[in-house]
Amino acid sequence: MSAVLSVSHLSKTFPSGDKIITVLSDISFDLDEGDTCTIVGPSGSGKTTLLGLSAGLDDPSAGTVVLCGHNLGNLSEDERSSVRNKHVGFVFQTFRLIPTLTALENVMVPGELRGNKEVRQIALDLLDRVGLSDRTHHYPAQLSGGEQQRVGLARAFVNRPSILFADEPTGNLDAETGDAVIELLFDLNRTSGTTLVLVTHDMELTARTGRILGLKGGKIISDTALEPLVNPLQEISSGLG
Amino acid sequence: MAPWYLKFAWRDSRGSRRRMLLYMSSMVLGVAALVSINSFGDNLRNAIDREAETLLGADLSFESSRPFPEEIESVIDSLGGLQSRRISFSSMTYFKRTDDVRLSTVRAQEQGFPYYGAIETDPPEAATTFLTGKNALVDGTLMSQFDAAVGDSIRIGTISYRIAGKLIQTPRETAAIMLFSPRVYIPLAHLDESLLQAGSRADYEVYFRFPEGRDADAIVENLLPRLREAQVRTDTVEEEKEGWDRSLTNLYRFLSLVGFMSLLLGSLGVASSVHVYVRQRIRTVAILRCFGSRTWSTFSVYLIQAIGMGLIGAVFGSLLGLAIQASLPLVLGDFLPVSVDFSLSWSAVWLGSGIGLGVTVLFALLPLLVVKDVSPLLALRADLEADIRGQKSRLWWLVTIAIGLSVSVFAIIQSPTLKIGLGYSLSLLVVFGALAVVAKTMIRLLKNHTPTKLSYVTRQGIANLFRPHNQTLIMTLALGMGTFLIATILLSQNSLLKQMSLVAEGDRPNLVFFDIQSNQADGVEEELERKNLPVLARVPIVSMRISGINGTTISSMRADTTRKLSWAYRREYRSSYREGLTDSEVLIAGVMEPRVNPDTVDLIPVSIEEGIAGMLDVSLGDTVSFDIQGIEMDTRISSIRTVDWHRIQTNFYFIFPVGVLEEAPQFNVVLTRTETESESAAVQSAIVRRYANVSAIDISLVMNVFDAIFSRIAFIVRFMSLFTIITGLIVLSGAVLISRFQRIEESVLLKTIGASRSQVLRIMFVEYIALGTLAAAAGIILALGGGWALSTFVFEIDFVVPTLQLIGLVVFEVLMTLTIGLLNSRGVYAKKPLEVLRAEV
Repeated sequence: MSAVLSVSHLSKTFPSGDKIITVLSDISFDLDEGDTCTIVGPSGSGKTTLLGLSAGLDDPSAGTVVLCGHNLGNLSEDERSSVRNKHVGFVFQTFRLIPTLTALENVMVPGELRGNKEVRQIALDLLDRVGLSDRTHHYPAQLSGGEQQRVGLARAFVNRPSILFADEPTGNLDAETGDAVIELLFDLNRTSGTTLVLVTHDMELTARTGRILGLKGGKIISDTALEPLVNPLQEISSGLG
Repeated sequence: MAPWYLKFAWRDSRGSRRRMLLYMSSMVLGVAALVSINSFGDNLRNAIDREAETLLGADLSFESSRPFPEEIESVIDSLGGLQSRRISFSSMTYFKRTDDVRLSTVRAQEQGFPYYGAIETDPPEAATTFLTGKNALVDGTLMSQFDAAVGDSIRIGTISYRIAGKLIQTPRETAAIMLFSPRVYIPLAHLDESLLQAGSRADYEVYFRFPEGRDADAIVENLLPRLREAQVRTDTVEEEKEGWDRSLTNLYRFLSLVGFMSLLLGSLGVASSVHVYVRQRIRTVAILRCFGSRTWSTFSVYLIQAIGMGLIGAVFGSLLGLAIQASLPLVLGDFLPVSVDFSLSWSAVWLGSGIGLGVTVLFALLPLLVVKDVSPLLALRADLEADIRGQKSRLWWLVTIAIGLSVSVFAIIQSPTLKIGLGYSLSLLVVFGALAVVAKTMIRLLKNHTPTKLSYVTRQGIANLFRPHNQTLIMTLALGMGTFLIATILLSQNSLLKQMSLVAEGDRPNLVFFDIQSNQADGVEEELERKNLPVLARVPIVSMRISGINGTTISSMRADTTRKLSWAYRREYRSSYREGLTDSEVLIAGVMEPRVNPDTVDLIPVSIEEGIAGMLDVSLGDTVSFDIQGIEMDTRISSIRTVDWHRIQTNFYFIFPVGVLEEAPQFNVVLTRTETESESAAVQSAIVRRYANVSAIDISLVMNVFDAIFSRIAFIVRFMSLFTIITGLIVLSGAVLISRFQRIEESVLLKTIGASRSQVLRIMFVEYIALGTLAAAAGIILALGGGWALSTFVFEIDFVVPTLQLIGLVVFEVLMTLTIGLLNSRGVYAKKPLEVLRAEV
């Protein structure tokens, strides 16, 4: 099985006055197709920076990131955009929906960027799947937090990404809504075979992934492979599906 | 299928379209100004083309300041066609009923002229019937000034005329020209010839109408050497048309440049709004980048929106421009020789909207460039937002240079010469720069030195000017520019008027009698003494022309086509003779000979004024030959003087010694001083009754004429300045709207922690009053600087500050700012906290 994401000797430093601050230092790991991985660590340990670098949102100070066969270090900004569009999905803690677009249009954005003529139907199907078929023409301001994150999930999967990066996907939601969103996330992930990279403080969520990378002070201090917990609700819902 | 960014640009504009229309509307007035002025200019050119013949009223005219010599009379005879003579001169018009006199331009004419167009009078038939007897047509303003009516009597010279009608419009003259000297038309057959004695200034004119097919320009070309030799000026329809074309083109180009200023300010307003708009879109841009949008595609989204805004602005601006165009004849009517009908000029619409769109998009590009540099990482990290700043990249500099170039190119195209165009661009840069420096300094002072003792409400109101995304500077620029223009013209007008009144202060002369024949001078002095008025000076004046310099004749200089002779070589000189200097003169070189015996010297020693010596390129010892009404006289420059031309005094370019010109045909000028206008009117009336050919001019008349002319110019400048002031107010509306959500949040927060509605409203009052005062003060500070520089270096007069008028201007601007600000803030302060918590920006 080929690696969807291969990170090797990745470092990121920032100048701050006379000093150089090291945010990430010598990080290496690989993720294969369908893997699920959580990055955990205290605040300031470099989790979000690692996620951003892995997705090609920023340039590393050293090391390489190979995403779906593309060495991001060899690509221009626009080429990296193209890789993201084809292979990557995102879910954000603060949802990041575009306030001027309806739920449907928000979901369609990645597909439209790609020039996919079928995107409208795919988006409608995904919105149906996340239970928002009656909210397609609502604007983000007219949706609750949970609904907004479900739109975010549908948008993340609209281009059938090879890998999905989720940054604290339940961080802004109450426990009950968060659980529902997690179920959907894993459900979509399982059915589309997408590799999943999560940044979270939620231990319950962590426990459902197959691998946990522990970060501290910009370094990997633990790399644990787990037998993912299967939520009984998931079994029921997949059984129903 | 349309590219995604086109669709996205449309979708993304949702919820902001009304706001975007308002941003864009700040450039609408600039486009409107350009379209209206250029369209009016096209209409004006068409009108001049269509009515070219009526501008001159004939196919050809000859003019001379002396009666036509014999040989020219034969030329005139030989030309045939229809001919009509006219003599124009300045003379006192005496209104019998009110016993008033007024210096006027008298036109004594024959039947026939104008052959094209008509003299417009009230009643209309008076235009032709006045020629049938001792009748006159009198300028309308003059008639109202002296409360005269049709049927009243006036006297010019020794002859009385019945007023047959009021003059409304005459060929070759505009209402503004008439302001300088009101016109009176009388029949040539009933002219008092004594008014045209030797030395008096008069224009002898003959107008021709030729049968179809004769080319007046060819005739002139053929006769030119002979006519020049006899100092006869010519005018053809083509020349008249070109002359008007040139001056009116300059007028509307000038207005167009003022209009362009409003467009620039509007575009700055658009750029400033786009800047804030883009800031509010940074997160969206980052999300798009995250999901794979390419740099230029994302940039295109916002560029398309800017182009869309520009296009809509251009269309609205053009429509408004066409509406304004209809009002321009009312503003400029006094300066136009023909009436201008309204018609749509597509070229002006394309030009105005094209320039409007181009300049707006160029200005919007600067803040848009930020979009290009937005990192997708921003979607992930909320804390990075504040770090986005427009980097001065190479592209930023390129756009800035493109803006500078496009402004300069436009200015050069609109200016008569490259130098003026570049000068305009440079001045614009200097004025904008200076205004920005003044405004920034004031803003900084206000920011750092607001007294802490002030109440919270006042301090908060002032602090609101510096809220994030504020547009205080751009509003100060736009409103300040309008104030600057209005205040500068106000300061110049007041300084010049003050100077005029100063020149006649103390015991200096304020009333001048001229055209006094030598045998009348004693009589004039007698009349003055009888009225207990002083004779401050009695000066003889002799008319002459230069016929040669250092042995080279003016004719041979004229024949040299490589040499362009200035007016100094061609003009008629009024010279005098006396023994020494007056108190307005200073000798700077040579010796001023007090008197000579012409029989004992070869060359008469003369004194020359420094400026004219420069223009004629002569210095001490050079010889100048004069044609003194037919008599040749060779002179030598023996001294050079400087002259203070600002005084009401008889000043001359050439002064001869005593003993030379006494026998030459001459007239005298007598200067006196009266303390009241009625005293002045009484003595003028008495002298004109005794000597009908004597004319008078007093300082109050000069000041009134100047004031009337300047007021009309000031009206046009105020009209054009309104474009920039209204642009500033639109920018203000946009700014209030942009910060609306922020204002709601502030208001809610204040209310939550216990502020009353009245306190919240007072904070807003203080903010708008401070903003209006800031803008007006910036404009006035700059105008004070500009006005002082104009007075000191250009007019060379004392600088006068009309404090009350300037305060009035500030109050007007503050009230406008307050009104617009409050109107746009309606509802902002009535919001409930809960609505705010749920709202999207």
